[in-house]
Amino acid sequence: MHIPDGYLGPPTSGALYAVMLPLWIAASRIVKKTLRTKQVPLLAIGAAFSFVVMMFNVPIPGGSTGHAVGGVLVAILLGPWAAMIAITVALSIQALLFGDGGITALGANCFNMAVVLPVVGYGVYRLIGHGAPRGSKRRVIAAGIAGYVGIVAASLFAGVEFGLQPFFHHTAEGQALYCPYGIKISVTAMVGEHLLIFGWVEAVVTALVVKYLQKHEPELLGQEERA
Amino acid sequence: MKTMTKCWIGLGVLVILSPLGLILPDQFKAGSAWGEWSADEFQKMIGYVPQGLSRLGELWKAPMPDYAFKGWEEKGMTHLSVAYIVSAVLGVALIVGITWLLGRLLAKKGD
Repeated sequence: MHIPDGYLGPPTSGALYAVMLPLWIAASRIVKKTLRTKQVPLLAIGAAFSFVVMMFNVPIPGGSTGHAVGGVLVAILLGPWAAMIAITVALSIQALLFGDGGITALGANCFNMAVVLPVVGYGVYRLIGHGAPRGSKRRVIAAGIAGYVGIVAASLFAGVEFGLQPFFHHTAEGQALYCPYGIKISVTAMVGEHLLIFGWVEAVVTALVVKYLQKHEPELLGQEERA
Repeated sequence: MKTMTKCWIGLGVLVILSPLGLILPDQFKAGSAWGEWSADEFQKMIGYVPQGLSRLGELWKAPMPDYAFKGWEEKGMTHLSVAYIVSAVLGVALIVGITWLLGRLLAKKGD
């Protein structure tokens, strides 16, 4: 889901940087109020975890590849705003050092994977897990569904961003200037492969880690909610 | 064992296993991710390389493209796996450093 340079026209890349700017500022302000010094190592591990998880490319035999993001887990442990910062750092290093995702597309990639994914995932986790004890089976299921829905939502946005390009930008002869595939193909491909394969990877990663933490490190899953 | 120690060990295990993300796609003959094609692939798929795409694509030359060392593209899976692990270590070190710094700058003092 790492959009490279050149797939999005400058208006789309610019607009998504413009959307990210206030979100990054808001995330810094909110994290400043909520993050405690002793949580800093967990934030750093969360960012690094997301980075490494994205290196595990999962093949669709004979087809394309994709991967989980690990970002819904970071959001469950530290909240969506802290996750936004952690995943932004991971995506920036991927783009700058490894050419995974474009520099011009960094705003777009951050919007999809550092905003939509953790925010939607966290929302789903809270919605389904609400009121359940932190060690309960419902929380594990909530985490799995949150991972699945979060990454599928992110892929939908990526698909729309790709798919708008041939509509906005083409030569007089009808050749595309940037991504050549329209919205139907882009959204079907992006959402389809995440619904079928990569969503399940994110779901399993998120649910398994939450299950492990319930058993061994329950304090990482936050305070028990009061009814 | 302390919680954070366990987290670091978990991260280390993932780094060592990371070449699976390289080897499995190779074994199953899976190509590029959707929307992450090279110029050659575009030529094959649609018969041309979009002009704006090739122009903007030249903008940034990453020092370790595709988590590999430059000039190692033709070497075997073993070399690529080593480069992949080195990339993972480097990436993790940088990301931990930067996030830690950001976190320390932002976090509430005292607790």
